[in-house]
Amino acid sequence: MGDHDASPVVDLRHVCKSFAIGQPNEVAVLFDIDLVLQRGEFCAIMGPSGSGKSTLLNIVGLLDRPSSGELAIDSHETAALDDAALTRLRGHRIGFIFQFHNLLGAFTALENVMLPLLGAAGFPEATMAARAATLLDSVGLTPWRDQMAATLSGGQQQRVAVARALVMNPPLILADEPTGNLDTVSAEAVFTLLRKVSHDQGTSVLFVTHNPELAARCDRIIEVVDGRVVRRSLVEERERPVTPSPAPAALPMPGR
Amino acid sequence: MTASRVTAGPSSPPGALPTLARWLPFEWIVAMRFLREGRVQTAFIIGGIAIGVAVIVFMSALMSGLQENLVRRTLTGQSHIQLLPPKDVSRPLRGGEPGGAFEGSIVQVPLQRVKGLDQWQAIATQVRRLPEVRMVAAVAGGSILVARGDVTRGISVVGMEPDDYFRIVPMPDKIVRGVARVTTNDILIGTELAGDLGVVVGDKLRLVGLGGSTATLTISGIFDLGSKPANARTTFVALRTGQSLLALEGGVSEVDVTVLDVYAAEDVAQRITALTGARADSWIRSNDQLFTAVRAQGASSDAIRLFVALSVAFGIASVLVVSVVQKSREIGILRAMGITRHQILRLFLLQGGLLGLAGALAGSALGAACLFAWQRFVRNADGSAMFPLAFTPMLFLWVVVLAMVTGTTAAMAPALRAAHLDPEQAIRG
Repeated sequence: MGDHDASPVVDLRHVCKSFAIGQPNEVAVLFDIDLVLQRGEFCAIMGPSGSGKSTLLNIVGLLDRPSSGELAIDSHETAALDDAALTRLRGHRIGFIFQFHNLLGAFTALENVMLPLLGAAGFPEATMAARAATLLDSVGLTPWRDQMAATLSGGQQQRVAVARALVMNPPLILADEPTGNLDTVSAEAVFTLLRKVSHDQGTSVLFVTHNPELAARCDRIIEVVDGRVVRRSLVEERERPVTPSPAPAALPMPGR
Repeated sequence: MTASRVTAGPSSPPGALPTLARWLPFEWIVAMRFLREGRVQTAFIIGGIAIGVAVIVFMSALMSGLQENLVRRTLTGQSHIQLLPPKDVSRPLRGGEPGGAFEGSIVQVPLQRVKGLDQWQAIATQVRRLPEVRMVAAVAGGSILVARGDVTRGISVVGMEPDDYFRIVPMPDKIVRGVARVTTNDILIGTELAGDLGVVVGDKLRLVGLGGSTATLTISGIFDLGSKPANARTTFVALRTGQSLLALEGGVSEVDVTVLDVYAAEDVAQRITALTGARADSWIRSNDQLFTAVRAQGASSDAIRLFVALSVAFGIASVLVVSVVQKSREIGILRAMGITRHQILRLFLLQGGLLGLAGALAGSALGAACLFAWQRFVRNADGSAMFPLAFTPMLFLWVVVLAMVTGTTAAMAPALRAAHLDPEQAIRG
């Protein structure tokens, strides 16, 4: 994926989204969004509930199509692609981390990480297992590798989700409040982990959060209010920790 | 989930990793896990399928056993098709050149005379060539008298070639005393007749045939056909003996045919009639009522099996519909991680097929158990088995294949629904 280092990983141009178009209950959620995410950029998206953050993330994640406007992921224009092609693009270029219920409970932690490889097919068994094991190790979950996902703690589950999001080595990770459901220590661990892999592997991350503390540690913050980008701000260099910083233990933040 | 699995360190080689089954593709693994995860649901529906399959297995074996038994009993001592001389047709005999003058004609058939079958050798050769036909045997048969001392009785004599005829009616199996030897001087008689005449194997009988012909024959064997009237009347002699007793020199009164598929006997009979002009009576026509009963029974058991299969299909479908709803978030996650609609579709079709397979295996075992119990405990008054059940591996193979097809078909609607779930809404729940 190093071929287009100069090109943005996400390129949204004039994206609008309305639901129930043509019906009496038609509702416009996003208005004329322009968003460019460069390779390796770690960008926070903030905004109140119902502002359209999740819809924006779903559109970037190819789970939903914009009503109008254009969208390119990793230099692939998406407007003309059918569902199968979108799915393929999604599988290979985008890793997802949701707020909760990320994992398939009937599978072990290792198997959950392997699933995208298994679904994409064509990988030798040993390769898949080895890659998944390496990633689980990098998120510090090797001891829980063979536990059923349903029996892991929330923080552990999110770390498995991070490993799974990375398993296809995608240029983009979409994280929809991945720390929203966690206690402070776990949230810090997951965030630090994301920050680190983004830095180490040059992965771009769109990180939806309500936590200004975490947002302040991203490269950039985009604020969405009522379906519009109201503020884009670059976080100052000194506030951006390149190496994982110790958890701010003195700040007992609420979960969200 | 043993404790040892948790202790594996990061340095363990990839080969030591606990792996998903090696050869299984994605759909198989996830389908198996989903089924295993919904333990109670899966167990219940497999139980339901198993009961349905057991009913089908049991009924199929019972019904075809019953039918086979009925048909076999009917066809014992009877050929499948009898070729008989045309009835009451006086046919002028042509002679000389085609279209030439009549040489003579039979204007009256003596009522008491046994009529011969015209051109029977040619007909027999023709019939023997048909692919559906198994055996052909010529018979010179009719009613004559048997005399011993003062006693005279009317009997029915069957003159035949043992080599052919015994392959249609297995007389050697039915001999209770003596042997099934039929040379021109031998006769086989039934147990009732032997008792009435007070004769044993080796005794001689004088037969008075048509046209005053007589023959003195040695009893070489005494048989039991399983029916009193038959044992009292039927006798077997060599074809030539029969011909001379019935004044049919060189002729036969009927040609008996057995076919490969007894249920196709009527069709074959009609073909033979069309081919040879001889009147061909199949056992189906001669046993009209029995055949109708057998057919009605078959149809009703088919209907029952169909409806059982349908209810099994609906059961599978409803369980999978529920499963799709329960698993919608998982489906959404899978779609987000790049699993295609087709993979989701196959995943649920496979679950239907697997449920069908598991249910069919359990149901076959249950059905087999019922069949063994039936054979063990349901008995005739004398304690003998009622009738043999048609208990073939093919039946089980068919049931398993059909159950898998049914399961997969039933899964179609839920699978389509799962495949078309909007991933974004599914994830949000």
